[in-house]
Amino acid sequence: MWSLFMRDIRLSIRAGGGALIGVIFFLAVIVTIPFGVGPDLNLLSRIGPAILWIAALLACLLGLDRLFQADREDGSLDLLVLNNDRHMLALTVLTKCLAHWTGSVLPLVIAAPLLGLFMNMEPLGIGATALTLLVGTPAITFIGAAGAAVAVALPRGGLLISVLVLPLTIPVLIFGVSASYGAVADPAPFLQPFLILAALTLFLAVVGPIAAALALRHGTD
Amino acid sequence: MRLIAENLGGERGGETVFSGIGFALEKGEALIVTGPNGTGKSTLLRVVAGLLPVAQGHVRVEGGGEAFPTVAAAAHYLGHLNAMKPALSVEENLGFWRAFQGEPGLGVEEALETVGLGGLGHLPFGYLSTGQRRRASIAKLLVSRQPVWLLDEPTAGLDKASEERFAGLMRGHLQGGGIVVAATHLPLGIEGARELQMKTVGL
Repeated sequence: MWSLFMRDIRLSIRAGGGALIGVIFFLAVIVTIPFGVGPDLNLLSRIGPAILWIAALLACLLGLDRLFQADREDGSLDLLVLNNDRHMLALTVLTKCLAHWTGSVLPLVIAAPLLGLFMNMEPLGIGATALTLLVGTPAITFIGAAGAAVAVALPRGGLLISVLVLPLTIPVLIFGVSASYGAVADPAPFLQPFLILAALTLFLAVVGPIAAALALRHGTD
Repeated sequence: MRLIAENLGGERGGETVFSGIGFALEKGEALIVTGPNGTGKSTLLRVVAGLLPVAQGHVRVEGGGEAFPTVAAAAHYLGHLNAMKPALSVEENLGFWRAFQGEPGLGVEEALETVGLGGLGHLPFGYLSTGQRRRASIAKLLVSRQPVWLLDEPTAGLDKASEERFAGLMRGHLQGGGIVVAATHLPLGIEGARELQMKTVGL
């Protein structure tokens, strides 16, 4: 499993891996917002956490279509499925999700504090948003894996995956943003939505890979 | 160990491609699947490997023990695609499959020497020619030990010398108690191999 993790990490940073595409998209969205909204600093700092979360969500969805498709095109997916008895397919999927998250999504989380400055957010708010992104974005990858597995045989499945997965990621977005607000706005709680966010990630870490493994098993042709 | 298929049928998209196929292979036996295009040679191999659902009948291994309970666990599947990443070096590709598939066999360098690619391990897989890619893919059969080899057009793109070398590898595998099932149009150079001819139904 460790070898699969390392292989996918290597692939994501080599040429054509697309690890940086998500970060650049994230950067582009956040940098554009102040131009569109106007130089109202109070407004920017108020919508900051929500904008960071929405941009991160969309950037996460961007790279998902290649999660299994690249392996399918070169035949690796057949061998990953065949090794089901040695490495349970759901665990293989989980490993691939973790590698994808580390390679493509973790850079977003690391870039988020810097981009928070663009949105005139205060340090506490930036910290809280980065923390909720760190805890919440794996959930998007896990649920996205199920979508990617369903659409694996479709040549242009990227958009379909986003449409399939987006409704399912709404709870993650809601609790992520409300926890980020809770850290700065006084009456709103931080801990409760944050714990629900963590619970969502843990829940989807089980359900997502199992669903994706089922879809992959029945999707081979 | 035995590989047994009984009254096996396979379908693609709801259409029956073949049916009523049966064979039983003992240790050291090879089966060559021949026949015109479209008679279901590749489908047969995928059904045997367990990549496609069995439409009728069944296929199983006997005497595989703990390590090889199913055909999928006991088999190397070499399909049309090489299952190697163009962006990674040949060594990294083989090293990954060696670690992932378990039952480590030859070392990566040794396996590359065996298929005549010694000294090319550091190159990205994408830089190799078609025949070299196929040979690297054949090296994948050597880096982890599996008793059953399921080969789909294994010699496609190979030159004469490589074909002979590959025939030698298959003979070695059979002498070591392995089983080979190969779909091919070209003679593979295995003596005493049994042959299964697929025919178009209704002609």
